[in-house]
Amino acid sequence: MTDEVRMVDMTLRDGMHAVDHQFTPEEMADVAAALDAANMDVVEVSHGDGMGGSSINYGFAAADTEEYLDAVVPELNDTELSVLLLPGIGTVEEIDMAIDRGADICRVATHVTEADISEDHFTYVKDRGLEANGLLMLSHMAEPERILHEAELMQEYGADAVYVMDSAGALLPSDVRDRVGLLADELDIEVGYHAHNNLGLGIGNTLAALDAGATTVDGCLRGLGAGSGNAQIEVLVGVLDKAGYDINPDFFGVMDAAEDVLVPMISDDEMPELDNDSLMLGYAGVYSSFLRHTRRVGEKYDIDPREILVELGEMEVVGGQEDLITDVAARLAEDRDAGTAAEAASDD
Amino acid sequence: MSLDAAIVGPGNIGTDLMYKILDRGENIDLQRMVGIFPVEESDGLQAAVDEGVDVGTEGIDSIKAHADEFDLVFEATSAGIHEQHAPVYEDLGLFAVDLTPAAIGPYTVPVVNADDVVAEGHENVNMVTCGGQATIPIVHAVDRVSSVEYAEMTSHIASKSAGPGTRQNIDKFTQTTAAGLEEVGGAEDGKAIITLNPAEPPIMMRNTVYTMVDESTDVDEVRDSVDEVASDVQSDVPGYEITLEPEVKAQDDVAFDLGDSIILTTMIEVEGEGQHLPPYAGNLDIMTSAALGTAERVAEQSIEADVAGGVSDD
Repeated sequence: MTDEVRMVDMTLRDGMHAVDHQFTPEEMADVAAALDAANMDVVEVSHGDGMGGSSINYGFAAADTEEYLDAVVPELNDTELSVLLLPGIGTVEEIDMAIDRGADICRVATHVTEADISEDHFTYVKDRGLEANGLLMLSHMAEPERILHEAELMQEYGADAVYVMDSAGALLPSDVRDRVGLLADELDIEVGYHAHNNLGLGIGNTLAALDAGATTVDGCLRGLGAGSGNAQIEVLVGVLDKAGYDINPDFFGVMDAAEDVLVPMISDDEMPELDNDSLMLGYAGVYSSFLRHTRRVGEKYDIDPREILVELGEMEVVGGQEDLITDVAARLAEDRDAGTAAEAASDD
Repeated sequence: MSLDAAIVGPGNIGTDLMYKILDRGENIDLQRMVGIFPVEESDGLQAAVDEGVDVGTEGIDSIKAHADEFDLVFEATSAGIHEQHAPVYEDLGLFAVDLTPAAIGPYTVPVVNADDVVAEGHENVNMVTCGGQATIPIVHAVDRVSSVEYAEMTSHIASKSAGPGTRQNIDKFTQTTAAGLEEVGGAEDGKAIITLNPAEPPIMMRNTVYTMVDESTDVDEVRDSVDEVASDVQSDVPGYEITLEPEVKAQDDVAFDLGDSIILTTMIEVEGEGQHLPPYAGNLDIMTSAALGTAERVAEQSIEADVAGGVSDD
């Protein structure tokens, strides 16, 4: 097998969730330089929620997107630079700025059923001559046929690739095959896959996606990303190499980038692991970046984060609705306190 | 003296507005609903006929032909069309309440600045956005107690209630709303975020307002101010409800540096009245309610002017 696979490292984008968007521009430059030296195909840089994501709702980043891009661009030689935008959070003004600063690829993400809010953004990216990728987030929340419909819209708007994003890490390998396979069969453009490891399937699902026809896949050094993290990219490089895929990154170089460059920057609290709270994200089907916000809110209201996540899953919240974590926790705390008061009353 | 009004654009917004005026317009008399299609091809015009409201099917020409019937026009078409219509309304001496994103006139939020905007002599006023109507009053309520350094709003609306206009121009929503948080709400900086949620049954419109203020702010006073503004809004929008009273986030509650500031979080749900649009479409309802609320204020000022100086509008 000599299938070519493009690898996208998002340590400096999805990984921003794990560090509460507090990477410094210098840290980003060091990670980008190590990835460039390791022949990574693409690195993605921005706030975890995309350009324009720096906010109270998602957390202010330590620096502006402009500062991050200016720090990273000089470090990249052959590696391409990608930026992320979620329409509704950021606007074409941010795309414009990123292109001026040297972005090569713009990835435009919408909820899996809402692709039709992205037409302007694709048009703008294509008019400026960049590669445009469409990302359909929380793909577990729609059936394959619906995902195809949304992917076709993005294709029509000018996307060069469409990704099935398992933003909640909730898909099983058979779900991945159904979704990626249908898109690969029906679309004229490339199909990508983006994993989260909340059910322990980050690498396995990525293999299933490649097997079903994906040609571009996401990962992060040490898996550093929202929730329990993404597909661990140095592992993915080793696995894809063993499986006989044609990949560009250098195995030792990517391993060194992870262990020697990234790990010293990350505290124990920040390094994602597949703990009970992140397992619950995958089980309940909740957007992975809710994890750290839910823990903070859970602590404030003294509520088990898993209870909050289960409730959010039942409400079918989508990416971007982080403020509802407080809403749910406040309600659960009120119910609990009312229950305690009732018990106390009946004890009398 | 009441004001005679026409609605231009018999779509969802125009039709909902018609029912609101007929239901509870005090000093607004709806004289005509105007579209560009024959009545049998327009649900909105058909609804107007059913309610005994005169209709026009020639667009702006219907307005010109009957201009002496009206004092005020509600524009419920699109930004591009309002840009063409606005000079015509001006020539005809008609006050324009603009529900499109065109924003030729100043951003207007009934409980915050409508009286001032009208008193300043503007004859074309813009309704910002649905999210702006829901959240700007809260920013104003906080700002009058303690200067708002930064205001951020998020609006979650049911996918089913987001029409093609919103979907094709989502940047316009965030940019306009952010500008409204600053210009009308009083924040030094503003940011707006919108998400569409496809859950079934459809979600009610929910909004969160974050305001960053100095840590010395008297939070109880802010809560009182917010309560007061919320009840003002409720007189125009009965389904407007504060679901979380301003709650403090301090440095320990966030992962970024807050300096000497605290964050006050307020949450709002807007349930529509369900006249024409279903209750979950609170986002559309709040726009039509704001337009009617603004028109009522225009009417009140013209009544006061009549009483004070016998000034009439012709």
